[in-house]
Amino acid sequence: MRPPEIMFRAALRLSFSGARSLTRSRPQYTAPLAARCYSHGKQETDEEFDARWITYFSKPDIDAWELRKGMNTLIGYDLVPEPKILDAALRACRRLNDLASAIRILEAVKDKAGPHKEIYPYVVQELRPTLSELGIPTPEELGIDKA
Amino acid sequence: MLSTRALVRGLQAGLWRRVSTSTSALAAHGHSSAVDVVDCSVPQYNNRLDTPLPDIPFITNLTPEQKTLKEKEKDAWTKLSKEEKLALYRLSFELSYAEMKKGSDEWKTVLAGFFFFLGFTGLLVWWQRIYVYGDVPHTLSPEWVEKQTQRMIDMRVNPVHGFSSKWDYEKKQWK
Repeated sequence: MRPPEIMFRAALRLSFSGARSLTRSRPQYTAPLAARCYSHGKQETDEEFDARWITYFSKPDIDAWELRKGMNTLIGYDLVPEPKILDAALRACRRLNDLASAIRILEAVKDKAGPHKEIYPYVVQELRPTLSELGIPTPEELGIDKA
Repeated sequence: MLSTRALVRGLQAGLWRRVSTSTSALAAHGHSSAVDVVDCSVPQYNNRLDTPLPDIPFITNLTPEQKTLKEKEKDAWTKLSKEEKLALYRLSFELSYAEMKKGSDEWKTVLAGFFFFLGFTGLLVWWQRIYVYGDVPHTLSPEWVEKQTQRMIDMRVNPVHGFSSKWDYEKKQWK
């Protein structure tokens, strides 16, 4: 598991780079490196970011703290996580026998999308095979999407 | 002097004794039922949109039925009924995201209270006008104001753009 300092530094770099959404439903804006206003260092690409997080959640013996820390950090970023990352996180929930957290992750993704109402259905559609395989209900199926 | 001592006694009976009680009995739930006793030295549960997975589950003291449900959770989730899945969710989380984001009707109460007190103040001001204020000075009586106005016209007060400019001196009337 990556030491927290590296993750925080990466998080800071990402926050300086401005708003990005990593799901395909929004148009991608990737500027060449020279146009970015960093003090130094090269920017991590979207693919590297995704790969890093998928690796994080795919750890076979991930523990509950790491799952919570990972999810809370990921939700703190200014983006909606890619379905691939969420798939890895849901499978981590399965390894930890934590159905409630799996449902919570879906709720959090919907909340992260904010006013962009088309993102959440897209994510659920992409995750549908995993949801069916693992038996994870969506918040809508449980009726907790309405207060 | 005596009243402050009584106050301290009251505080001791009400609050301080509860604070000194061991919190292990109160830590049955994720948040203690006696809300004014919160042990900040251990991880706490919280409902936050930006923290989807809090440090501890909402309910930590499980009944035997809940414990069997937790055992069942280790098996395939496809075998769980919808009610069981919902029960598992509610064990870990107090409020769903929808419940967290739901507003309340408190603003109506606030606005109503605001208008009520505004009206009440208006009544007080009106009563004060009637019963507290004496008569207005005699220089505001219609007779006096009439004579005053005539005098102001006679001495050409503000004749360019102001008072007297509105008076037609030929026709001896207001313009």
